[in-house]
Amino acid sequence: MTTTAANSGTTAKTPTAKSGAPGAKLNMKDRYRVMTRDLGWEPTYQSREAIYPYVEYEGIKVHDWDAWEDPFRLTMDAYWKFQAEKERKFYAIVDAHAQNNGHLHITDGRYLSALKIFLQAISPGEYAAHRGFARAGREFAGVGTQVACQMQAIDEIRHAQTQVHALSNYNKFYDGFHAFADARDRMWYTSVPRSFFDDAMSAGPFEFMIAIGFSFEYVLTNLLFVPFMSGAAYNGDLATVTFGFSAQSDEARHMTLGLECIKFMLEQDPDNLPIVQAWIDKWFWRGFRVLGLVSTMMDYMLPKRVMSWREAWNIYGIENGTALFRDLARYGIKPPKGWDDAEQAIDHMSHQFMLAFHQWNFGTSFHTWVPSDEDMDWLSEKYPTTFDRYYRPRWEHIKKLEAAGTPFKNVGLAQLCQTCQLPCVFTEPGDPTTLCHREVEYKGEHYHFCSDGCQDVFDNEPEKFIQSWLPMPHLFQEDLAGSVPDWMQWVGLINDTDNGEYVGSGDEQNFTAWRRQTTSNS
Amino acid sequence: MSKVFIALQANEETRPVIEAIEADNPHAVVNREPAMVKIDAEHMLTINRESIEELMGRPYDLQELQINLITLSGNMDEDEDSLTLTWNE
Amino acid sequence: MQIDLRTVSIEPRRKAFDHLVRRFGDKPASRYQEGSYDLQATENLHYRPTWAPEQELYDPELSRIRMQDWQVLKDPRQYYYSTYTLTRARQQEATETNFGFVESRGLIDLVDDELRTLAERVLVPLRHLAWGANQNNTFVCGYGYGVPFTQPCMYHAMDNLGIAQYLSRLGLLFGGTEALDAAKLAWLEEDTWQGLRRLVEDLLVVRDPVELFVAQNVALDGLLYPLVYERFVDQYLAQRGGAGIAMVTQFQADWFVESRKWLDATLKAMAAESPENAAVLNEGLGHWTVRAQEALLPLARLALGDDGEGALEASAVDLAARLQKVGLTTEGGN
Repeated sequence: MTTTAANSGTTAKTPTAKSGAPGAKLNMKDRYRVMTRDLGWEPTYQSREAIYPYVEYEGIKVHDWDAWEDPFRLTMDAYWKFQAEKERKFYAIVDAHAQNNGHLHITDGRYLSALKIFLQAISPGEYAAHRGFARAGREFAGVGTQVACQMQAIDEIRHAQTQVHALSNYNKFYDGFHAFADARDRMWYTSVPRSFFDDAMSAGPFEFMIAIGFSFEYVLTNLLFVPFMSGAAYNGDLATVTFGFSAQSDEARHMTLGLECIKFMLEQDPDNLPIVQAWIDKWFWRGFRVLGLVSTMMDYMLPKRVMSWREAWNIYGIENGTALFRDLARYGIKPPKGWDDAEQAIDHMSHQFMLAFHQWNFGTSFHTWVPSDEDMDWLSEKYPTTFDRYYRPRWEHIKKLEAAGTPFKNVGLAQLCQTCQLPCVFTEPGDPTTLCHREVEYKGEHYHFCSDGCQDVFDNEPEKFIQSWLPMPHLFQEDLAGSVPDWMQWVGLINDTDNGEYVGSGDEQNFTAWRRQTTSNS
Repeated sequence: MSKVFIALQANEETRPVIEAIEADNPHAVVNREPAMVKIDAEHMLTINRESIEELMGRPYDLQELQINLITLSGNMDEDEDSLTLTWNE
Repeated sequence: MQIDLRTVSIEPRRKAFDHLVRRFGDKPASRYQEGSYDLQATENLHYRPTWAPEQELYDPELSRIRMQDWQVLKDPRQYYYSTYTLTRARQQEATETNFGFVESRGLIDLVDDELRTLAERVLVPLRHLAWGANQNNTFVCGYGYGVPFTQPCMYHAMDNLGIAQYLSRLGLLFGGTEALDAAKLAWLEEDTWQGLRRLVEDLLVVRDPVELFVAQNVALDGLLYPLVYERFVDQYLAQRGGAGIAMVTQFQADWFVESRKWLDATLKAMAAESPENAAVLNEGLGHWTVRAQEALLPLARLALGDDGEGALEASAVDLAARLQKVGLTTEGGN
């Protein structure tokens, strides 16, 4: 009756096809192919250029999108199943952590500063990555690539949410967490990761993949998560360990996507090599600067330390990075241009950065402190060639001023780097006694940089980087008119509560008092 | 020369996985840390489904690894029977 | 020494993050609220996109719809990643059981050949349509404004992909990879599908996120799902011994009912914002429902023969009634 009406013949099945169905069990690779890649088709009613308008302007040549391999080959049913299992575990622990005052298990209240920086600086980046991967998941012109990006897009919102949820309970008891959403768009040091993610998202889809998928995920994410989460474990913070490891289980997929992406570009056309190399140079340096925040967390903010920033760099930077770039050498890829400068900076950056935070701690939504003698001995041991020589004397000096009741507070404004947005507090490669400063004139304006790496980034894309929103000059714009109290209100910072010294802070008093309640009957 | 590695959360589910990796990769070095186990191996590391199944006494889908995976390094290839990590040199 | 921390009662210093207190008052926030509101950057965006320098990195003006506050577009299901994933994982388990049941008992082979062929021809090419929906919802998530609006679009996109994959498995049940190849050929060449394919490709070039959201999820899917899964699968096929097929498409039927709640709430909030918004929405609905209805007619006829046109008309009437409840119409704003 009805089937004859539109019988065009192309899909008429012979009865023999029936028996082929259940018996023809596909292997994993073929099954994944029919479940993903075969869903796409060559459009004829609209042009490929109209549907995928952004895949060509960066100059990357692709001849065969089907050459993209996703080694994880997850279909949605498996994705839902495995991810749900991770989620059940995660929230069971986060609930227990909140119900049992898990925050009192941490080694010391100083540790909270690391969490505050994480929530203010890193979690919004997870959200930005979510949106960036959604765009890439639409703009790439191959199904395999799109699906891999889409899965990362949905994973990244997971990471933003699990972090906010895990840290939500800390916000109920401690200062500095409450205004993270305001700080994201306005605070001077959160501008560092914000500009990093904005830079990646405003780039084309291929550069975005090198920025986030390759440089950040593959080269740098281990440095962020693995030692930091081990640090959380050492410091009794079960909630953070849990979100960290839970997120990392997705990162393994993301890192693989980043590596597959770069191999794909390099295998598609030899003309892609110089473009990819330039992106690797740029994004390695951009990522390295963002990780400056992590170096202070590892060397200064963990009361009980796992490994130094230098040691983490040796394992996850040098050992892993060297293996990676040796592997990519077959395509003609060289290690990133800033690699040697980075290596030289490793023994200095956490100290330079922490000293900067400490002198500007009137304007940080976390507490800082002068390291104890014991801390300094540890730093001497971990940084035998630099700490005692360059940084211990400065900390000792600060300590003396504070003991005398005349602490040095820098309420002047730092010169910010036009590219990475960090204050220009770093020293010349090979000369730790000279501050590094670069200046460029472009169309009659002067721009300042913290390093050759950041100046290179600007020189390659001046029209992009003259747009940088610099948080310090904003203080003098109309709405704030140079008023520090107004600025504090604008960034959501409560003076004498969220900022300043840890010693004597509300966090210290509360943590100490609550801990005492747990060990005594009074 | 280059080392590949894989790191897994240390828990009951990964215990037999780690045991299987150790048995199948005599050149691998297992580092046990408080919450995680990191396994380094020169050039190549292979994880075999059958070895895990034998130790677990139940069917095992290699994709289950993802639940407890922390990080890895190397070019990855996976099918239903094995997962390998390699560096080309 | 063992410390029993559970015995300690401590007064919290605050109940929620500042941005949630401002929005919902000084009380503990839900995980949906914590995971949805004000997470997207809104100020001091650093650089213009190199791919479209006339746009902002997050740009509410990509849509003709104007909202005072895009974050009023709450998902009534209150899905954040965890609740979404747990819900789908439960459904996935049920679907897996259904596939297992149908496979192990050879229920597809029990279906009359002619009916089976018809079901295969109607259902399997829809996997390509679902892939189009996936790309469109991914687009809306990527370029829409405000987390409460864009977040569920990502979940919806992954659902679209899941559906495309469930339909692929159904195709494999029907006739292995040959069935999938035949369905793709039909999608590319057969007359029945060309209107739909043209529509999908036309949607792939729409770059107003709300217009695309309305065209894909409300106009096209709003007509397609009732037609195919209610009228064809659950009624026509099931009554003729094809209940096994209905078992393995149960997810699609349930999903449509569930996600409709969210779509309607979103439309309602947008339309209630201003008469201008309602007019823009009506214009889009008018245009794209006409396109969808025309494109679906050959499929309706393939599926339901002489009753196809009436069934499609009935779906259109249902959709119009649904839209009326949220203050909108498919009559093109007339």
